[in-house]
Amino acid sequence: MDGYYAFMLIATAFVLMMTVPALALFYGGMSRSKSVLNMMMMSFIAAAIVGILYVAVGWSMGFGGEGTLFANPFELLWLDGVTTDNYIYVMFQMTFAIITAALISGAVADRLKFSAWVVFLPLWALIVYFPLAHMVFSCTEKSLICGRIGAQDYAGGTAVHINAGVAALVLVLLLGKRIGWPKEQMRPHNLTLTMLGAGMLWLGWYGFNVGSIVFADATYSDAQFFSETGRTFANTTLATFGAILGWLLIERLLHGKATSLGAASGIVAGLVAITPAAGAVNISGAVAIGLIAGAVCAWAVSLKYKLGYDDSLDVVGVHLVGGIIGTVLIGVFSTSAGAGGIDGLLYGGGFGSLGDQTLGVLVAVAYSGVLTAIIGLGIKYTIGLRLDEEDEVNGIDLAEHGESAYDLHSGSSGGGKSVLAASTVSTMSTSEGANA
Amino acid sequence: MKLVTAVIKPHKWEDVREALETFGVTGMTVSEVSGYGRQKGHTEVYRGAEYDIALVPKIRIEIVVDDADAEDVVGIVVKTAQTGRIGDGKVWVSPVDTVVRVRTGDKDEAAI
Repeated sequence: MDGYYAFMLIATAFVLMMTVPALALFYGGMSRSKSVLNMMMMSFIAAAIVGILYVAVGWSMGFGGEGTLFANPFELLWLDGVTTDNYIYVMFQMTFAIITAALISGAVADRLKFSAWVVFLPLWALIVYFPLAHMVFSCTEKSLICGRIGAQDYAGGTAVHINAGVAALVLVLLLGKRIGWPKEQMRPHNLTLTMLGAGMLWLGWYGFNVGSIVFADATYSDAQFFSETGRTFANTTLATFGAILGWLLIERLLHGKATSLGAASGIVAGLVAITPAAGAVNISGAVAIGLIAGAVCAWAVSLKYKLGYDDSLDVVGVHLVGGIIGTVLIGVFSTSAGAGGIDGLLYGGGFGSLGDQTLGVLVAVAYSGVLTAIIGLGIKYTIGLRLDEEDEVNGIDLAEHGESAYDLHSGSSGGGKSVLAASTVSTMSTSEGANA
Repeated sequence: MKLVTAVIKPHKWEDVREALETFGVTGMTVSEVSGYGRQKGHTEVYRGAEYDIALVPKIRIEIVVDDADAEDVVGIVVKTAQTGRIGDGKVWVSPVDTVVRVRTGDKDEAAI
């Protein structure tokens, strides 16, 4: 029990690290240099806003009694009645709320007003995430996805990844394409940041998946702790390996080269897909889920060009698609030796589990889709979602934060512009004036 | 007097400078430029999205020389900057009417 408690402290810090700074780096590197700070700031502010709101009412909506969609929001308001020796479980769940909201930010690069994001975050957490987290993580008889439907979701394939992916898609449709997309070049500006972020996400994900252990009858047991954490740790690792290979293989076949961005994306796709399945499958199932998720997501990220939605950093292609693959495939690869004790299609369990998993996915998609649309529309027609056109062209970092990420023209004299750079700028503006 | 302008591959710049210095060229103006010729740019792929990168980084060297030296300088640049592959660049020579050294006011050949 002591070991378990120490483990939870570390797991919780790991999951917080997934948002700040891992996700911020992963997304930031893929952004353009004129919008990397805004991209990273969307993760940082998500931590602050969603984190406080989770403690205020999120924990109570999740675990303050029983309910179909959510528990009593006032039962444990501001952790009233929660003893401090239980705070670590609140903190653990809080970090999940934070990263789920932050995941959405990758879809809206370059063009979502910072004020709109700041308003969207608490509304979305309150109306969409807290209820879905209850439906999945508070597994009482009443709770919709875990209890009533009986879908397995170990660490949040539905509540976290499908949820964030659907919300991202809805927000992108309301927000519209970036100016110039898809014709203008919008290459990632620093893929080393992205690879660093992907690696840190992977490390943090051990906290996310392995830390999601729930004890039978809420009673700690050495036997369950040792066997289950071993399973989830190995599955998390092997699925990720499989997904790197799956992604790179498809890339090599479709586009001729295995890329570093493909490897980083494969890591995340594999981790997303194994999130719901980490406890349910054995290591062969984990490798299979990883391979499938990596391969399918590598293809799915090109859908936005065919269908014409500007999901800038592929939240839909990686998190929605990867989340669905992992959650549904539990119905195929689940074994009764796993945490849920259910055999999937491959182990003679028939189609029952596959049906439950699919229904769980549909509920998550529908709930998140409809309510995110309502929130998004509300913001669009009040304070507005979209950045001013000129600000978008000049860069959201400058427009919304008054900063530039990189000062490439400084001389050695401590931040001032070099003589050459300064005169170049004034020459250019003079000639522009002359042309006008 | 002639102005010799050379656009070459960046990694050849040190070789060209050394050769020109050995020949006796006393000064030059160098800038980092980008452009493309017949080779065009190249293609990059990010998550399945193909980007045509049209502009290729190059080094532009400008040297003002006596009429008699122009041909030799062009020869040196071509010899040292050549790799035989597409994208090696161009050298061209244009006439120069007047040159003045700012420090002394010396004119033309005396100013080179």
